[in-house]
Amino acid sequence: MNVLNSLALFLQIAVQGGTPLLFGTLGGIMNEKVGHLNLGVEGMMMMGACIGYLAALKTSNTLLAILAAGLAGTICALIYAVLTVTFRTNHTVTGLVTTIFGTGLANFIGKSLSTQNLSREFIASLASFKVPVLCKIPILGEMIFNQSVYVHIGILCAILIYVYMKKTSMGLKMRMIGENPAAADASGINITLYKYIHILIGGFLCGLGGAYITLVYVPVWTDSVTGGLGWIAVALVIFSTWNPIKAIFGAYFFGMLRGLGFKLQNVEIPLIGTIPSQFLDMVPYVVTILALVFMTLRKKKENQGPAALGIPYFREDR
Amino acid sequence: MSPRQANLLRAAMVVAALIAAGLIILMLGYNPITVYTNIVKGAFTNKYRLTQTINKAIPLTILSLGVAVAFKMKFWNIGAEGQLYMGAIGASYIALFHSDLPIYLMLPLMMIAGIVCGGLWALIPALLKSSLGTSETLVTLMMNYVAQKTVTYLEIGPWKDPNAFGFPKIANFTENAILPKVFGVHIGWIIALVLVVVIHILLKYSKLGYEISVLGENPQTARYAGMNIPKVLILSVLISGGLCGLVGMMQASAIEFTLTDELSSGLGFTAIITAYLAQLSAPAILVVSFLFAALLQGGAFLQVSLQIPASVAEVIQGVILFFVLASEFFTRYKIILRRNEVHTVEKEAAK
Repeated sequence: MNVLNSLALFLQIAVQGGTPLLFGTLGGIMNEKVGHLNLGVEGMMMMGACIGYLAALKTSNTLLAILAAGLAGTICALIYAVLTVTFRTNHTVTGLVTTIFGTGLANFIGKSLSTQNLSREFIASLASFKVPVLCKIPILGEMIFNQSVYVHIGILCAILIYVYMKKTSMGLKMRMIGENPAAADASGINITLYKYIHILIGGFLCGLGGAYITLVYVPVWTDSVTGGLGWIAVALVIFSTWNPIKAIFGAYFFGMLRGLGFKLQNVEIPLIGTIPSQFLDMVPYVVTILALVFMTLRKKKENQGPAALGIPYFREDR
Repeated sequence: MSPRQANLLRAAMVVAALIAAGLIILMLGYNPITVYTNIVKGAFTNKYRLTQTINKAIPLTILSLGVAVAFKMKFWNIGAEGQLYMGAIGASYIALFHSDLPIYLMLPLMMIAGIVCGGLWALIPALLKSSLGTSETLVTLMMNYVAQKTVTYLEIGPWKDPNAFGFPKIANFTENAILPKVFGVHIGWIIALVLVVVIHILLKYSKLGYEISVLGENPQTARYAGMNIPKVLILSVLISGGLCGLVGMMQASAIEFTLTDELSSGLGFTAIITAYLAQLSAPAILVVSFLFAALLQGGAFLQVSLQIPASVAEVIQGVILFFVLASEFFTRYKIILRRNEVHTVEKEAAK
């Protein structure tokens, strides 16, 4: 029973570590499915983390803080969208600049926030709570149903995006733009509008992911608080093969690796000895590289990335 | 648009960006004039500050050159950061474990080790790309973190200095592994200037440079012309990664005097931006890198002197880039206004 308990606790921590990744990954999927490789995830998460925290300090209103975080991410995404969609700039460079700008601005604004703490009521409003009945399920109860409501929002977003992508005509059109924008354009889809909407929603999600760190996970503001999670999210988009449901499991798996790094720091494992935590930190990146290689090797259709990913679309080039 | 007009537009955009960044700074409650004057003051006004600026300009220039070689081929190497760390590991290995070498052997060997390790690290994504078609953007990005974590591991684990009282750090290099100074700045500045010339000649006037640009513009053309595409790809990626690896060696040897996981402080990413801003032209890279180094150094000065966060430099960088990126649209396309209708017409053939 004791083993079961500690396993449940461990998975609970994995889910908490994975939640910001899940939001970032979903944001990335929304971008990439309309053909835009967005390396600005880290910057958008930073802005969300900062503005969300600022709003929480100023208003102590949970909903407002979360919305402000999302909005901050959206504004960053808007800059990215104007440049890449309207001005057809290079996605890689624009995304990197978005990250530099977002990280810089967030650290700039956040400088004065690190000495201030959230009110107790605010933290309580997003604290873990037990969902009646469901929390009695062994392991899963602790893992999912004894968590902050923020975690549930993440799972809900993933499911909604999945349904949207696979079951609605708007979702189909969105995927079509990512695969073949010229064909989508010819069939009368307003490509520019679609791209803007999805990139902005992506930014909103990234903002939420950042704010989870400062509002729930830590919860304080420190310089560069997201600490590179945005890049892991970029990796996760690929690892989850652009599928929101797989993104849930992928995010929690990567979250588990983060937890494992702490846990195994001083544990002797027979035959191997201690595993340095840096190797566990590397796993997300190595696994993603392997996933990329594997995908290009297998060429399985449903696992491929959007065909037009990262290629600016010029109507006149058709 | 003629090249002169294009440059004029770009300059105007930088000015506009400085005004826009100034507005952001103003909104955040600081005086933009104070910020700008202090950035200039912090970057140039005395010998120490100027040295610091040059110390940042050296790695930025060489990294940008490395990035430019790959970008010219449309090989999106955003792994400068990782190649830098790998180069630093290679150089540090020589410095730490063969510390009895005489200086005239030590430094060249460290450089070679840096170049080889950086180059090989870049070769992995290049081989994956040429054999399987795996996206190099993502692979190089991921490999950055693998490299950096490896350094952290060495720092805490096998290479940890036993004399550092348990503090996780690698022992400082011995005197013979430290780059000498010329006119008060480490010799890297001469190397950087030489490399600017070499890469300029390579890209503009050599056969390989020609092949790189043809391959970048149109792989089909390159194939029809009978070029050995894998050879061109691998050679230029080796140069690209090698230059970044060399920077790793220089930073470890001349700046930190040892290997740390904060050697690059993000310069590998900044280099992508400077290379792009300079339109992948080597002489322009020198100028842009120097100005960006001044911006970074000025930002650091702001933090110390006025307690204004150094991250203001990143905000200004970001805004400048946003404006310049947007302006490229107008240099590349001609906009024709027809009865309230905006049409963009085909790429100008001249470009």
